[in-house]
Amino acid sequence: MNSISVKDVGKYYGRKNETVALDKISLEVSAGSIFGLIGPDGAGKTSLFRILTTLLLPDAGEASVQGFDVVKDYKEIRKIVGYMPGKFSLYQDLSVRENLHFFATLFKTTIEANYELIRDIYSQLEPFNNRRAGALSGGMKQKLALCCALVHKPEVLFLDEPTTGVDAVSRKEFWAMLKRLKQQGITIFVSTPYMDEATMCDRIALIQGGKIMSINTPYGLLEEYSSPLWGVRADNMYQTYLDVLQYPAVSQCHTFGAYHHVRLREGAAAEGLESYLQTKGHSEIEIKIISPTVEDRFIDLMQTENKYLI
Amino acid sequence: MNGQNSIMTEGLTKRFGDFTAVDAISFQVIKGEIFGFLGANGAGKTTAIRMLCGLSIPTEGHATVAGFDVYKSAEQIKRNIGYMSQKFSLYDDLTVWENIQFYAAIYGLDKKAIKLAGDKLLDRLGLRNEINTMVSELPLGWKQKLAFSIAIIHQPEIVFMDEPTGGVDPLTRRQFWLMIYEASAVGITVFVTTHYMDEAEYCDRVAIMVDGKIEALDSPKNLKQQFHSDSMDDVFYQLARKAVRS
Repeated sequence: MNSISVKDVGKYYGRKNETVALDKISLEVSAGSIFGLIGPDGAGKTSLFRILTTLLLPDAGEASVQGFDVVKDYKEIRKIVGYMPGKFSLYQDLSVRENLHFFATLFKTTIEANYELIRDIYSQLEPFNNRRAGALSGGMKQKLALCCALVHKPEVLFLDEPTTGVDAVSRKEFWAMLKRLKQQGITIFVSTPYMDEATMCDRIALIQGGKIMSINTPYGLLEEYSSPLWGVRADNMYQTYLDVLQYPAVSQCHTFGAYHHVRLREGAAAEGLESYLQTKGHSEIEIKIISPTVEDRFIDLMQTENKYLI
Repeated sequence: MNGQNSIMTEGLTKRFGDFTAVDAISFQVIKGEIFGFLGANGAGKTTAIRMLCGLSIPTEGHATVAGFDVYKSAEQIKRNIGYMSQKFSLYDDLTVWENIQFYAAIYGLDKKAIKLAGDKLLDRLGLRNEINTMVSELPLGWKQKLAFSIAIIHQPEIVFMDEPTGGVDPLTRRQFWLMIYEASAVGITVFVTTHYMDEAEYCDRVAIMVDGKIEALDSPKNLKQQFHSDSMDDVFYQLARKAVRS
């Protein structure tokens, strides 16, 4: 069963609809799964979130959440979804407890009624129960916002960039929390600009310039990557990058942390690259086959289909 | 005075009431290097950067930036550094040329120098045809490149960058780092914070802050050796998860 269904949804801004935020996109999210919408700022992620949470009307196409139409049945949808917007949108001058109480009351429930669901997260906040939300650290604000989105036990949870600007340790913790929520049967629709988080999702959509470039499982997405990928490193990484680009058999080279990710033209051998780098005076040269990452695939899609380059 | 360092700090401390945000940090940043400044949220990075940029007076300790003392010459520091962050960069409702003029003037360039440096910048970025375009209409990638070029338009000794690549697409992120490499190659010191651990690998040296203190400082290669890890992600994780405050 599908929890979310999006069919040819378009959203346009500007006087003449000249800004295309969503270009007729379609996707389906099965119940009880984690679906990741992965793409940079300006890709259209937030527009889709706002349409699915009934805060924005689509200009084309149709969409439903738990079988309810986002236009006709907006009242039903609002009762069964939890939404954590990208910008911190709790009441800064209410305390932790007051914010949570407020959201519970809005949904005609109590903190105690669904305490089991939020206990895991809320227990970390309880020592700060009386602190104003505005005075919390970034990580704590994020946890409170998640609690407020969960307090009415939603069937579908919408999280718009919950980990943006959050450090690597807190991000890992956050994803562990989402996994536990999924086990309780909640469907999670989450967006992120961090491509390494894609592997935490059951399915992902790569989005750029209002278009969905690919929808797949994280593993399937990497399977789409056809030609072999080489990891290349040497003593001076910037100079190595410049030299690798000059080598005729190289079709592309991107910096990727400790290694440059290099693709060779068909039929070219990596040994040639190694001796070439030696003649250029590099030392400590290492060239090996590596597995592509979601970012490799994203770059690939951006480049092979030029329309995604903005 | 040591002419080889762009930053020198000794016991640099900032307290807010009884909370010690930055706890006696001592380090040097060598001229021309790319220096990564990492830490979990709340570790004290922003407070440290504010002191180094002359925006916040330290409670204790010493620091010089580009040869100027943070207590005595805060105004001089502001003129002799570049600064860029994801949140604060260009004015969306000014044109490309207006942004260049505005920032160059703030950094103390006179009319002639602004014209000269501005022209050079436009040619290098290939933005000549866009001088009258509103910055809001530029693609995000171009905006980031323009913001970085403007941050170093006055040829500062050092440029501070606070999460410069947050939210940009993976191609733009890489193009941006190539610009950082180029700046470093011509001798500009780069002081950069990031949440992308692959970007830590691009730095010559990396400092990792935990609970207000610098817990580790070395090249990515040595740090990985020291912590028996094969990635900076893991090094960071080992250190940052020990943090008490969050």
